[in-house]
Amino acid sequence: MIEIDQITKTYGEINAVDAVSMLIETGTITVVVGTSGSGKTTLLRMINRLVEPTSGGVRINGEPTDAIAPYLLRRRIGYAIQGHGLFPHQTVARNIAAVPRLLDWPADRINARVDELLTLFGMDPDEFRDRFPQELSGGQQQRVGVARALASRPDLLLMDEPFGALDPIIRARAQDDLREIQRKLGSTIVLVTHDMDEAIRLGDRVGVMDGGKLVQYGPPEEIVERPANGFVANMVGDAERPMRLLSLIPVRDLTEEGAAEGSTVPETASLRDALSACLWTGRDAVPVERDGAPIGRVTLAAIRHRVGQHP
Amino acid sequence: MAASDVSPAAGLTVSPPGVLFALLGAASLWLPFLTLRANRIVAGEGAAPWEVADPIASTAALIAIAAGLTLGLLPSRPWVRFAGSLIGLAGLVVLLALGAATLLKGADNLARVSPAAGFWCLLAVIMLLMADAIGGLRPGPRLRFALLAVVLAGLAVLLWSGALNDLSPMQEYRTRAAAFRTATWRHVALALGSLGVAAAIGFPLGILAFRRDRVRAVTLPVLSFMQTIPSLAMFGIMIPILGWVGDTVPGAQSIGIAGIGFAPAFVALLLYSLLPVVANTVAGLGAVPATSVEAARGMGMTAWQRFWTVELPLALPVILAGLRIVLVQNIGLAVIAGLIGGGGFGTFVFQGLNQTATDLILLGALPTVLMALVAAILMDIVVEIAQPTLNRKYP
Ligand SMILES: Nc1ncnc2c1ncn2[C@@H]1O[C@H](COP(=O)(O)OP(=O)(O)O)[C@@H](O)[C@H]1O
Ligand SMILES: [Mg+2]
Repeated sequence: MIEIDQITKTYGEINAVDAVSMLIETGTITVVVGTSGSGKTTLLRMINRLVEPTSGGVRINGEPTDAIAPYLLRRRIGYAIQGHGLFPHQTVARNIAAVPRLLDWPADRINARVDELLTLFGMDPDEFRDRFPQELSGGQQQRVGVARALASRPDLLLMDEPFGALDPIIRARAQDDLREIQRKLGSTIVLVTHDMDEAIRLGDRVGVMDGGKLVQYGPPEEIVERPANGFVANMVGDAERPMRLLSLIPVRDLTEEGAAEGSTVPETASLRDALSACLWTGRDAVPVERDGAPIGRVTLAAIRHRVGQHP
Repeated sequence: MAASDVSPAAGLTVSPPGVLFALLGAASLWLPFLTLRANRIVAGEGAAPWEVADPIASTAALIAIAAGLTLGLLPSRPWVRFAGSLIGLAGLVVLLALGAATLLKGADNLARVSPAAGFWCLLAVIMLLMADAIGGLRPGPRLRFALLAVVLAGLAVLLWSGALNDLSPMQEYRTRAAAFRTATWRHVALALGSLGVAAAIGFPLGILAFRRDRVRAVTLPVLSFMQTIPSLAMFGIMIPILGWVGDTVPGAQSIGIAGIGFAPAFVALLLYSLLPVVANTVAGLGAVPATSVEAARGMGMTAWQRFWTVELPLALPVILAGLRIVLVQNIGLAVIAGLIGGGGFGTFVFQGLNQTATDLILLGALPTVLMALVAAILMDIVVEIAQPTLNRKYP
């Protein structure tokens, strides 16, 4: 668990980060979202002490981060810097191996880890291992940046707009991949973005920042259904709120007894997918399946009722 | 390289620089090729390339030169153009060796034969053709090094064989073989030694200037100012300063510090060298991507590890480019050291100027040019090796 306690960073007159407190559970993804200049990067960099707080502090698993030398702290925390920050004079393999080498891993263990990570990110090790960063696409560069941050299997991973350079389709895939990798490894991730869609899609919890202050911090449903103020509501976007809400709720939650015509949706799909299926095929209900077997249906009326329930 | 590089629609079937080289080469044939003089200092009489040797030999050599320049016209075949430059060079050397022997036949002992304008122009044209062809080959560092080694080995064999011994600069050399060896080492010591000390001082100074704005604000303008002092004036200034140091500081004289000689020449070269070293160190470090340095910090590298594994390797090509400038510049400037008794090839140049003995001047100037050329090519190779990504291509 990470405890951020009344942390503040002042640059001259302005508070880049203003008395922010957060509790971050182990094994979850926390997304900090806000407009540019709202203090997200500064907040993130105070966790690994790339920026020293003006006041307040951070504890990781009960241990204050200022109890050990900053460089030792940072070797335990993965950090994917905004704009990948790969070393242009080193191959992909050497870039990914940077932290394991700092930690004096034996060479064969490092090589195995590099290949494992490249495979995990869908890049053939034999093809990409010996390339230089300039010889990769923007999306591949960012993936290598994330792989480098993951290389030593850190329990905590800090990511600063890791998908910023990606086009929407590749970005959605990268987000799914990250989610899957995080589930597999059980790591704790703090991710910073200016994209509310990304925050809602990825976050177990979402913190919204404005002018250095954390204006709301909670599960994504709460951010969508009960924005704390006009700024958050604005970030969520009034017109898109119903769809955002539906995209967060699995079909499983509204599945009822009964049958319906046509093609099925899996119970893990979102209500948004079910609604799309109803509208597109002109049906009032769609059948729901689990592992290929029908388990019931979800109706248009139930979806409408669920959306109308917001406070 | 494929022939498709040349668009047939444009009707371009010759290499444009090749045409220029051929025209210049042809024009050079009308200049005197060798000069025959009664002794080493009087003015001489020029001999055209077709008069310097017996008709059969000189015709063969001239055909080789013409054939080489003609091969140089072929575009999109750099290997052929390179071969052309070698054939032309061979013809030129044969004509030079035969010509010297022929012209001296029957002349008295004091007579001298030296290369004249025609030879130098042809040599320049053929070397340009060679450089152009090599450029077209796009050789990697290893091939360039091999080519350089081959050319130098060829030159060494040529000088060793004695084929050129009848030429006046070689006669000047023979009477001064020991002095020439001393001067060579002295020249190398001046150029490389001042470079080494400049690097030892300038590199840390550059790092400091990069880190501290105030150091940079003072260092760079002072060094730039020193760079603007004309070389003769700089050597002149060194004489009283080091003379005074040698006279007043105890023990200074015993380690060779005096107004004239090696010390003032060395110090002057050192002062000239500092700006390129410091400025390129600052520029090189400044060009390191900030996000790479931040990433290194973020992953837990210490300041020292960051410097050695990220900042220095990324700045190295620019720093080495600075050292290349210094080395080539120093090899040239070290000639002027001859004027204040610093030794080196400049000794022959200034002796020759005093005696109006052109061939003695050449004995100092030619090795200087060769040394500078070799240094430039070697440093280019080193700079290229320091950039691991430069020559890589992926489909
Ligand atoms: N090193 C710094 N010196 C002065 N001001 C800074 C520094 N770093 C950030 N700031 C300021 O702090 C505010 C927050 O910056 P940042 O955390 O980078 O925002 P974000 O990542 O949300 O775009 C901005 O107004 C920025 O100008
Ligand atoms: Mg930022």
